[in-house]
Amino acid sequence: MISRAHKVLLGLLLLACVAMAAMLIRLRNRAQDRLQEQATSAPAMEASVAVPPTEVTLYVPNDLDDSLVAVHENLALPGNQSVEAQELLTSLVAAFRVPGSTHPIKVANGVNEVYLMPVPQAAGQTGNPGQLAVVDLSAALAAAQPSGIEPETLTLLSMMATLHANMPAITEVHFVVDGQPRATLAGHADLTRTYLASEANPMPNPETAEGAQ
Amino acid sequence: MRWTEPGLALAMAGLAGAFGQITQPAAPQAPKAPAPMQALKAPATPTPALQRFVVVLDAAHGSNDPGAQLGDGVAEKDLVLTLAGHLQAMLQKQGLSVTMTRNADIDLPGLNRAEIANHAQAEACLVIHATATGSGVHLFTSSLSSHDASIAGVSARTLPNQPAILPWETAQAAYSTDSLKLESELDAALVHAEIPVTMGRASVQPMDSLACPAVAVELAPLAAGNTTKGRPITDERYQTTVEGALAAAIGSWRTDRMER
Ligand SMILES: [Zn+2]
Repeated sequence: MISRAHKVLLGLLLLACVAMAAMLIRLRNRAQDRLQEQATSAPAMEASVAVPPTEVTLYVPNDLDDSLVAVHENLALPGNQSVEAQELLTSLVAAFRVPGSTHPIKVANGVNEVYLMPVPQAAGQTGNPGQLAVVDLSAALAAAQPSGIEPETLTLLSMMATLHANMPAITEVHFVVDGQPRATLAGHADLTRTYLASEANPMPNPETAEGAQ
Repeated sequence: MRWTEPGLALAMAGLAGAFGQITQPAAPQAPKAPAPMQALKAPATPTPALQRFVVVLDAAHGSNDPGAQLGDGVAEKDLVLTLAGHLQAMLQKQGLSVTMTRNADIDLPGLNRAEIANHAQAEACLVIHATATGSGVHLFTSSLSSHDASIAGVSARTLPNQPAILPWETAQAAYSTDSLKLESELDAALVHAEIPVTMGRASVQPMDSLACPAVAVELAPLAAGNTTKGRPITDERYQTTVEGALAAAIGSWRTDRMER
């Protein structure tokens, strides 16, 4: 025989179970609602960050006359500056591999990443020294780079000119290959030093309508 | 510092050997130089004073560093050594002293090349390269020349994993004006010989460390033009024309320097 006290206790336990189940269902529904809300609002957020393509200037080398030629392209650049710098250089390297290129380098992925950081300042130095871009070139680009002072120097100068023209805050550029320091690009151009971005001074090509700078 | 520490150690250890590569002034039986395609300025008769005019020829690369592959199985290290040898003979014929940084297929780090060149106290230093890219002759002066002060400032600052720069590495800065004048002299002679010329600045070892008027001379194939025939870089006639023009330019350079 079950005593009255036991019956009351059992009833209370059942009641607690039902209450807890109801609470769990309610919490689950609330979480589901929140997820749905996020899912429906996501496209709106994406739409707000999408940027229209902007005109950029790529400085494409010409091996025959040792010049850099300004080529204008429309690129959709994201807000992140490092990614923007990488996009610029990726587009530049794409111009190296087109048929009839004036600076042929056949490589699919030429730039792994670009890191931006403030230019280190000497003690007591004031003012805004700009940004240092550390360009991580791919080993594939270094391997495909034709060896010679002129072709190697033009590759570096075209990258420096392209970065500086579109992102003037970049004042210095340092190159590494697959994340590692390297003596030269392909036997000639010095990669141990940090370049001033302004060293790349594109000369107007009289035969090109769009002379650089 | 632009050279790595191991490079420095290697250079110091190899100095004695490196000096062994110096070619001493004007051998009496200099090899006969082939006749250039274009008329060249007649070499002046050597005088005791002129004999002290030293030219350094640095044939780039060597040994395990072949440089560029120039087609037909020709490596840059071999072509530039041949070219430097021909040029040496032409200059010696003009009565000049020529110091070669290397005259065999040896490995010679940039620091050793600079040591040899600077020890020679030369009036002109030509760093000789060759490439399969471009057309004609590419002339380069050190990028130090354009803004040596700011470059030195950049390099002296301690960047991650980069020790401070040594003055040795900016030795060329003091010669920047003379290097540009020498480049101009070479340009004029090459253009006179109808060789297309491009001029620029570059960061290439050992240019920044050379304590002499210094120009890097990079030979490229001759692209066909509207009126000119294309020539491969291995074409001996083309090479001889370039060598003749370079020798003529150095002759003019000597005259300019002696008149000062
Ligand atoms: Zn070379």
